[in-house]
Amino acid sequence: MVFLQQLINGLQLGSIYALIALGYSMVYGIILLLNFAHGDIIMVGGYIVLLIIAAGISPAVAIAACIIGCIVLACVIEKVAYTPLRSAPRISLLITAIGVSFFLENVAQLLWGADPRVFPATRIIPATSYQIGRLTISLTTIVTLVVAIAAMVVLMLLVQKSKMGKAMRAVSEDMGAAQLMGINLNRIITFTFAVGACLAAIGAILYCCKYPQVKPTTGYILGIKAFVAAVLGGIGSIPGAVLGGIAIGLAEVAVNALGYSTWTDAVVFVILIIVLLVKPTGFMGASMNEKV
Amino acid sequence: MNEYKRISPSKRFLINIVLVIIFIVVGTLLTGGDSLSRASRALILQIGIYVILAVSLNIATGYLGQLPLGHAGFMAVGAYSAALFWKATLNMPTPVSIVLGLIIAGLIAAVFGIIIGIPALRLKGDYLAIITLGFGEIIRIAIINLSGITGGTPGLLNVPKYSSFLVVFLCVAATIAAIHFIMHSRHGRAILSIRENEIAADSCGVNLTYYKVLAFAMSAFFAGIAGALYAGFQGSLFPKSFDFMASINILVMVVLGGMGSMLGSVIAATVLTALPLVLQALAAYRMVIYSILLIIVMIFKPSGLLGRYDFSLPGLIEKWMNRKNKPGKEVANE
Repeated sequence: MVFLQQLINGLQLGSIYALIALGYSMVYGIILLLNFAHGDIIMVGGYIVLLIIAAGISPAVAIAACIIGCIVLACVIEKVAYTPLRSAPRISLLITAIGVSFFLENVAQLLWGADPRVFPATRIIPATSYQIGRLTISLTTIVTLVVAIAAMVVLMLLVQKSKMGKAMRAVSEDMGAAQLMGINLNRIITFTFAVGACLAAIGAILYCCKYPQVKPTTGYILGIKAFVAAVLGGIGSIPGAVLGGIAIGLAEVAVNALGYSTWTDAVVFVILIIVLLVKPTGFMGASMNEKV
Repeated sequence: MNEYKRISPSKRFLINIVLVIIFIVVGTLLTGGDSLSRASRALILQIGIYVILAVSLNIATGYLGQLPLGHAGFMAVGAYSAALFWKATLNMPTPVSIVLGLIIAGLIAAVFGIIIGIPALRLKGDYLAIITLGFGEIIRIAIINLSGITGGTPGLLNVPKYSSFLVVFLCVAATIAAIHFIMHSRHGRAILSIRENEIAADSCGVNLTYYKVLAFAMSAFFAGIAGALYAGFQGSLFPKSFDFMASINILVMVVLGGMGSMLGSVIAATVLTALPLVLQALAAYRMVIYSILLIIVMIFKPSGLLGRYDFSLPGLIEKWMNRKNKPGKEVANE
């Protein structure tokens, strides 16, 4: 029973990681950029919800504002910081991404202070829980799993069936050839960032409902873990990111359950190092067709 | 008649040695007496430590062309090794203890550099960045958890304060000289060739594995020494001082100064260390300004402010000696 309980916890955490990992994976698949700022977009999303609800406006508006805010922020970052560097060496692009991440973290600290703020989780998802046998499942867990699965299905349909998704796959396969075929590169890249940010915003709300506090560094470690998940699953692969996210979530819960909670973050990195040593392409990285 | 006059290598060496001695004498006189305030003396030591850190990160970033994000991890390894060694050898003659501690700190950090370098070799660019970030975090988490040895979060206290001006300055001079000589040897050129084009270097017979690990180990070695000096400067160590922010701080210095320019790293480390103290009103905005600077420099001058320019005093004297026969004048004389 304890095992099953932990399994559910792990799945909940894992599906949040998966949502965020998808954003990393898609952006990396297209412009080969490790978007360090992705994690910090989550943090900004958390603050948006928190501030709007604190202002007395309904949670539904807050959620909508969070998603729109994250998308706009991601697109602005892409236009201002990444577009001018598209043909620059990879290292410059990576340093810029770190710069953007740092900028968001420090601006958040200036605006809202370094101390963690309580996130009004119960205003979004009521704190009810259900008893099934000896299992306790909270509403948050159920909502997280349902929303995450729904988001992933929508994403799959978008990438596999829509015209935009087809163009995204084409760009990730061969940027030059895609451009020759009349695909508007800038639009596709911006669209990818927007989709990633939308998933990140959903992930942000779900994450903050599970751990109801927000601070300027919330996004940093969460982002790194989601990136590890993306690498574990095979970067550029959508099913890989989902699988990797769930694996990381389960591993983390397992380490906590064994009583080594202070080592959790270290274990995540050890997993990353082992994966990169044994199979640098990750679980699903080898199949190029899966790339987005 | 008009051939370019050159200074012989031995004379060049002598000029630099004289310069170093002048620096030591002036520095010792300044910091020894009461002419400088406590704060400025501390600032000078801090600048020295950051110069070593920036120059050592520059080996991996500027010369090898990789982007390690865990430099503070190596610094932490060096700091804790030296601090523990110094605390255990209090009854040893101080100079012996200092030198041994510095060497041990450097070597242990270098071992960590090799341990990280070998797996990192299979990876490129972003993966390497993230794996070094991971190692840096692992080191910090290990320091927090192994509190029996390292003191954990409450910190390692009462480290003997061995970092005098002389010690720090000698380390700075030795580090810069060592890196200069290595980078101008065939080993250094091999490392540079990897930065320029890995495949071409490989096909010219450069042993990629060996030179990448060498560059990593060197970078870690000097970071370890800087860590030791930091331990001897602060007198107490806390895991929080070696987090990701600290690594980024050093990276900002290297990137702004110019990736691949020693002078750039030295100037950037000096300016960025001194600036927060001078502009205390801006202290809260410091990190915001750094991050904006980072983005702007990357967009407009990706090689950093000084690019790959490097300074040498003998070179300057050479130019002065040859000021009369500039190519333009030569033509005019004929």
